[in-house]
Amino acid sequence: MIEGRTLRLIAGRFAASLPSLLGVVVITFFLMRALPGDPAAFFAGPAATPEAVEQVRHQLGLDRSLPTQLTIYLRDLARGDLGKSITTGQPVRAELWNRLPASLELTLSGLFLAALIGLPLGVLAATRPGSVFDHASRLLSTAGVSLPTFFTGLVLIYVFYFKLGWAPAPMGRLDSFTDPPRAVTGFLLIDSLLAGSPALFWAALKQLALPATTLALFAMAPLARMTRAAMLAVLSSDYIRAARAAGLGRFQVLVVYGFRNALLPVLTTLGMVFSFLLGANVLVEKVFAWPGLGSFALEALLSSDYAPVQGFVLVMGTVYVLLNLFIDVLYGLVDPRAKVAR
Amino acid sequence: MTPATDMVDAAAATARAPSLPLVPSQRSPDAPAAAVPTSGNFGRHLRHVLAENPVTLGALLVFIGLVAIGILGASIAPFDPLASNTQDALQAPSRHHWFGTDQLGRDILSRVLVAVRLDLAMALGAVALSFLVGSVAGSCAAFFQGWTERIVGRVVDTIMAFPLFVLAMAIVAALGNNVSNIVYATAIINVPFYARLARSEITVLRESGMVEAARLSGNSRWSILFRHLYPNILPAMVVQISLNMGWAMLNAAGLSFIGLGVRPPTAEWGIMVSDGANFIVSGEWWIALFPGFALMSAVLCFNLLGDGLRDIVDPRRRT
Repeated sequence: MIEGRTLRLIAGRFAASLPSLLGVVVITFFLMRALPGDPAAFFAGPAATPEAVEQVRHQLGLDRSLPTQLTIYLRDLARGDLGKSITTGQPVRAELWNRLPASLELTLSGLFLAALIGLPLGVLAATRPGSVFDHASRLLSTAGVSLPTFFTGLVLIYVFYFKLGWAPAPMGRLDSFTDPPRAVTGFLLIDSLLAGSPALFWAALKQLALPATTLALFAMAPLARMTRAAMLAVLSSDYIRAARAAGLGRFQVLVVYGFRNALLPVLTTLGMVFSFLLGANVLVEKVFAWPGLGSFALEALLSSDYAPVQGFVLVMGTVYVLLNLFIDVLYGLVDPRAKVAR
Repeated sequence: MTPATDMVDAAAATARAPSLPLVPSQRSPDAPAAAVPTSGNFGRHLRHVLAENPVTLGALLVFIGLVAIGILGASIAPFDPLASNTQDALQAPSRHHWFGTDQLGRDILSRVLVAVRLDLAMALGAVALSFLVGSVAGSCAAFFQGWTERIVGRVVDTIMAFPLFVLAMAIVAALGNNVSNIVYATAIINVPFYARLARSEITVLRESGMVEAARLSGNSRWSILFRHLYPNILPAMVVQISLNMGWAMLNAAGLSFIGLGVRPPTAEWGIMVSDGANFIVSGEWWIALFPGFALMSAVLCFNLLGDGLRDIVDPRRRT
């Protein structure tokens, strides 16, 4: 049911996010220039003569002025060329593209789980101030933001893998005896269902459970806190009193009138939550040996292989800008006033 | 500069600065007089709030304890935190080694205690830097408007366009892998929070009567901004600083967990958890647990302290 107005809204928001995207690209470029070490010497190899290094430098365009180099960089980007990894010899774009679904699947499951628990908890806390739910929500939101994700991940591994034996070994997305399903979306949960294999779905879900919970524990806190505050504000407003006075059902008042309006500030914080999640993702991927973007970038970073790091920063920045765009559009859909105001 | 002294300084500043009428900020249009306590009743107010709120008192005590350990450092550690002793490697907690020993036989209790100073210093350094840069930039943006505001706004937006931890990783990678760059990276990613807060506070204040009065009595623009307006945003800043400390600490420890900045064998909580991560799957839980727990408690302490400070500075924003 996409009408012209909605399309215009989306186009407008997209145009507004272009400067951010450009900022991400330019910052990434200058970070690469500031990186220690001489890329030309890296590419030429340890045994190269000074002339060979100079030749490579010329080939890479490193002897030109900065604006020219920026133009070259932008041109390469437009062609989708992110350079090559020195350690694997593979084009960075292919590596990132292969690993992006793993990271996204983890991040989105974490967020989904966090919303599944955090939003109802926030609503319950707001409708019953001073109750058990209220105290639980308050405790959770203060404790949750204080958790170092890399530490919670380890605690979960110790309890659920070592002690209880419920979780599989924290070694990636599938154990090494299981063949992955044919890649369609790259999301194992979806691909296994498409391949019609519940066993495979279950195997992937078991691997995903602990890292996703780790992320969720961290992201739940701001969501619950924000939902509670927004619900409290909404529930004390006049239209809720009017709805109650008009004899509407409890559910309708709470969900249709209350929650939908409380959702707006929650959506706004979602952008910040995503920023935290994408960062925490790197740590969680390291803890669970998750073959995503973060662990790829870390390996590259520690072996001074900078093209992948640069590609990683660029991809993360772009994903984040696009997610914010998506939230903006969602905001416009949830709140009809946002459309009228523009 | 610690949050505790900050708080007192800020309160004193609030008491000192507005000899001119102060228009209440937009956030709390009819804020009670208690929101801007005068020096006479501040002590009483503080005592009252702490008595009402034992959690904040507890957090304050933990904080004082942390600072004390940070100052005393190695002198209270029972063992040399760097001395390895392979015969005693991987021992579970016992009467001799309360927190056990790690893979090189180093005493974990000593390392956790010694790490307090480094972890606190990194977070404090980062927060102090981002507070200074962010609050001044945000204040100037709101006060001078025009191109100052456009530049500050653009820089802040660009920083916020990245997932912050990823940006911090990239900055450390670009500047070089050492401890001071961890502090700079953590400072840079936190600047936007201070800049935005300062900007919104000053935007409200610059329309107030005190600005006009100060101008009429012959103050220059700089003096209006930094002698008359800036002190008024400090209480809000102190709350932000305290809430930000925990997050800065998590960031710095996270960076060293992934192998950036702090080098082994330095005792630091993030890197100690990273050491212990390899032994979790074989059941040696104590190597990662104690430093991780120390980090968690320190961060929790700062967050609770921040919540408590917010209740003192601005009771209406209590959540």
